[in-house]
Amino acid sequence: MGEILLPLIILCPLVASLVVSVSAGRMGACAIGTVACAGVGLSAVISVILSVMLLSGPATDALRVVLWPWMRIEGFSADIAFTLDRVSMVMILVVTIVGLLIHVYAAGYMRDDPGIARFFGCMTLFVAAMVVLVLASDLLCMFIGWEGVGLCSYLLIGFWYDDPANTAAARKAFYMTRMGDVALLCGLLLLATATGSLRMGTVLAAVTDGQLPPFSVNAAAALILVGALAKSAQIPFQTWLPDAMAGPTPTSALIHAATMVTAGVYLIARLHDLFAMAAPVMAFMAVLGALTLLMGACKALVQSDLKRILAWSTISQLGYMFLALGCGVWQAALFHLMTHAFFKALLFLTAGAVIMRAGHEQDIFRLGGLRHAMPGLTMAFVAGASALAGLPLVTAGFYSKEMILSGVWHVHFGLTREWGLSGHPLWGIALLGAFLTALYIFRCVFIVFCGKAGTRAVGRTSRLMSIPLGCLCVLSLSGGVIEMPDTLPRLHLFSALLDPGVPLSHADEPIWLVLAGAIVPLAGLGVAWVLWGRRVSVMREIPGQAAIIRPARDGRGMDVVYDRVFVQPLCLLVWLTRLDIADHAITGTGRLTRAASAGMFRARAGVVDMLAIRATGMARWADHLPGQFQNGRVRWYAAWIATGLCAGLAMVVLS
Amino acid sequence: MNPLPALVLLPIMGGGVAWVAGHVRPRVTTTSRDASWWVVLVTLIVETFVLVMATFGHPVHTGPWPGHFSMPWIPAMGIAVRLDMDGLSLSLIWLSLIMCFLCVFLATRQVTVHAGAFRFLFLATLTGIIGTFLATDLFLFFFFWELMLVPMFGLIAAWGHEDRQRAAMKFFMFTQGSGLIMLLSILGLVITHYRQTGVLTFDYFTLAHTPLSPAVSMLLMLGFFIAFAVKLPVVPVHVWLPDAHTQAPTAASVLLAGILLKTGGYGMIRFNIMLFPDAASRFAPIAMGLGVAGIVYGAWLAYAQDDVKRLIAYSSISHMGFVLLGIFTGSRMGMQGAIIQMLAHGLSTAGLFVVAGAIQDRLHTRDMRCIGGLWAAMPRLSGAGLFFAMAALGMPGLGNFTGEFLVLLATWHVSPLPAILAAVGLVLAAIYALRMVNRIFLAAPRTGLQPVPDVASRQMAVFACVMVFLVLLGVYPQPFVTFSAPLPLPVAAMTGPEGATP
Repeated sequence: MGEILLPLIILCPLVASLVVSVSAGRMGACAIGTVACAGVGLSAVISVILSVMLLSGPATDALRVVLWPWMRIEGFSADIAFTLDRVSMVMILVVTIVGLLIHVYAAGYMRDDPGIARFFGCMTLFVAAMVVLVLASDLLCMFIGWEGVGLCSYLLIGFWYDDPANTAAARKAFYMTRMGDVALLCGLLLLATATGSLRMGTVLAAVTDGQLPPFSVNAAAALILVGALAKSAQIPFQTWLPDAMAGPTPTSALIHAATMVTAGVYLIARLHDLFAMAAPVMAFMAVLGALTLLMGACKALVQSDLKRILAWSTISQLGYMFLALGCGVWQAALFHLMTHAFFKALLFLTAGAVIMRAGHEQDIFRLGGLRHAMPGLTMAFVAGASALAGLPLVTAGFYSKEMILSGVWHVHFGLTREWGLSGHPLWGIALLGAFLTALYIFRCVFIVFCGKAGTRAVGRTSRLMSIPLGCLCVLSLSGGVIEMPDTLPRLHLFSALLDPGVPLSHADEPIWLVLAGAIVPLAGLGVAWVLWGRRVSVMREIPGQAAIIRPARDGRGMDVVYDRVFVQPLCLLVWLTRLDIADHAITGTGRLTRAASAGMFRARAGVVDMLAIRATGMARWADHLPGQFQNGRVRWYAAWIATGLCAGLAMVVLS
Repeated sequence: MNPLPALVLLPIMGGGVAWVAGHVRPRVTTTSRDASWWVVLVTLIVETFVLVMATFGHPVHTGPWPGHFSMPWIPAMGIAVRLDMDGLSLSLIWLSLIMCFLCVFLATRQVTVHAGAFRFLFLATLTGIIGTFLATDLFLFFFFWELMLVPMFGLIAAWGHEDRQRAAMKFFMFTQGSGLIMLLSILGLVITHYRQTGVLTFDYFTLAHTPLSPAVSMLLMLGFFIAFAVKLPVVPVHVWLPDAHTQAPTAASVLLAGILLKTGGYGMIRFNIMLFPDAASRFAPIAMGLGVAGIVYGAWLAYAQDDVKRLIAYSSISHMGFVLLGIFTGSRMGMQGAIIQMLAHGLSTAGLFVVAGAIQDRLHTRDMRCIGGLWAAMPRLSGAGLFFAMAALGMPGLGNFTGEFLVLLATWHVSPLPAILAAVGLVLAAIYALRMVNRIFLAAPRTGLQPVPDVASRQMAVFACVMVFLVLLGVYPQPFVTFSAPLPLPVAAMTGPEGATP
């Protein structure tokens, strides 16, 4: 039963994608939306059924399906194989359910777009690729999904291809992630060479048994980390994600919440046994995550584009996940991934609806006072914002962030035997990040929804779009209570679900740790109210405030650095070498040969001509000379005869 | 009845009939397909039947490999018509037939001037190619090797684009010149064998057991290698390829990229690796270096092109670098990867050339600076173009990735550095492929472009078949891997039963 259902999770969206793409132009918008939602919905239903089946069994149970052997060559084998265990179950539920809600929303949002068939073809393919990535039990099979989501994000970001900026953003996303993909591929090649297989079980067993030298383990972990960083837009690959806002809003929601950027986090969580053996890589990952979360929050604080604020906030939240992964608390990372998927999807979809009704205005300083015009959307956005900020007790974000914070507090990186690194500074950074998160998102809330009215709101949000928003509201407010800190009621459903054998120890957790995590978002909210929320606002009338921090503006900072350091020199180099050297060498040789032969021909012609002319001249002269003798005078003849006779006689006598 | 000679002779005879039929004017209307086209189609269908017979028929175990045919030709010189077939030749012949069907359905209809002669030359090239894949007499192999050049030269020189004469001449000079070096090598091998055993023969299987000193075997191997390297092509001698591919008519481009290049890879496997294993393994580091250079150099130059057919041509050079790399890794995995890469590259590049040809037919330009925004006008063709571009950049799940991955893995076993460099080629591949997609299909529509018709549903079905093959090669390559494995030389039969190891 399960063996049949598991491939269907992938097959349903795939078939929907094929149907929608092939029937382009023949089906109405409504039918296309229905088919797409049905495909993703079926796969969500099947995932729920399979999850129930899985949870009813013992904890170590996993559903394994080997569909067919992919490659069987001496020294290497790979299968198209899928596994549903507890980790992939959580992820598959997030992907399909959030994906379904986004699809339902998109069916309303994209109703009037002429390219709706192409849109839903890509969206369902996106979900299918992500499901392949999540379920694959073979790393090479996972790579299909890994590249597939990259392709779909390329197609969707550049969906409105009339604008060159959109396609440029799409290509940027693809190139940046492709670089990481190649690093990941190298990591896979290293592991495959060492173990002869890329089945996750085999690889992890080989690594934990110590079959691989430490250098290989570290190198493989580092290469895989690079792939994950690129996919999840962490430093130094962060620049593609804010530009990826160019696509339609449901696409952004899908990329940021359920698919694509979470792939990196998920991959590392899957391979946490491998990373546990590579301590330096773990420490590096934690530091990078901390830096990214701080940088993302700072950038989000000075943006004026609503969608860009959310994009930078995604980068920042992913930084939290990488921090957690680096500290070894991968359960916390997955938990935060789940709650983040809920509230980020909610924020994006609400923002999309707001922007649509405000006449496609994305600048938060031109929006304003929308609270009265769209109370429902305001509620939804505030719910999402409080979950993102992690307001204590009532939101899901609080619990997941708390889990990460406590995990980071307890960590200790043993880099060498006597020299280690405490997690406390990282905890401080994470706490500062939490403060900034509350600050920037409530800045956004206060500017957009309170104060003086900016643009005029038109139309209503259709039922098709508001139902998913309601569902996501509920999820992002209450989706976190399944896992609580120890100081609150002891409830560890999530970590018990993932890893029942070793529950995370929160036993020695001081109570002020939780209190700090609870107070900091509230402080951020308070500061945001002081700065932007009061009637006489201090900073709201300064649209150009982002100019205070120049590198934070669009098209500045890392974008410029990359452009100057990599893109332009490469373009120059390509331009310089645009002509095929070998081709030119051959053409040059050919031309030289022709010139030489022409020269030789000319030279030969000259010599022969000259010789011929001389020869004829000489011949004529030589002709002339004997002619002189025949002058018809007999005396001369007689004299010649006598002279000849004398000469002959003299020769005979003298010799 | 033995199917092998029929396989070789059918296309050229059908081509002759097609030539004659080309003079029959289509009587009813101009839209009805003319007789010579039908003759070509029937020839290819009959050829397919023969091939099916050869594939699934009971093998005649008279020769060392499943298929065998032998007939004396010039007995005094030890030359005979020897044709043998193993999985490698069979799979490449299948690829050739698929390519030909693709051409017949999608590309040859555009030729209107002297269509009969065009089709004759087209099928004559096919004869040469199939003969090359089957011949196991070295003299016969050389004969077919040259036979496929002449009609192709005619195709480019007579039906090509603006700069066709020069391109055709370049193509002919390079391939012909290197072919002569191969002839010298063949003669050297035969004479060495004659001196040592007193038997004058051109038989592949007999010559394979010639005892050779290291220096001589290296010299002879290099002679073969140069000929195949020009055909493959390997980087310093690739210069004929971009011109020939660009100037050739679409059908000839498809044949060139789809199969003609594969004769180079086939020759390397069959002659370099299997005839001179020791010399090949000594030469492997240089060959692998050349392969990596080809991968990076081809991709790099592909990025700098404005002409879409030239871009595809350079991408072929990049992909063929993987083939060279795989063949010379010295492992079975690398060889299999190279073969899968050859099959997948044939399909994907042929698809790209057909798309480029369709664009040129409609817009009369190949310059990407003048094309743009075709997606709105031609969503089907653009979808096909996007698919083949994705295959070319090595999207997992499509055939090219399987080949590239196996080659990279085999290379990593030898040494990680070339594998990493070759993997960098994958990033470059993404850059040029997306650049092409972006400039042709996605950019804002150019003003002043005439509205153009999209490809018909029937032609789309042909594209779909190619796509299905590529997906099959990508996700379920195992049957192809098993099927297309080159059979080893029958060492056991020659040296006695004690050497009979599987």
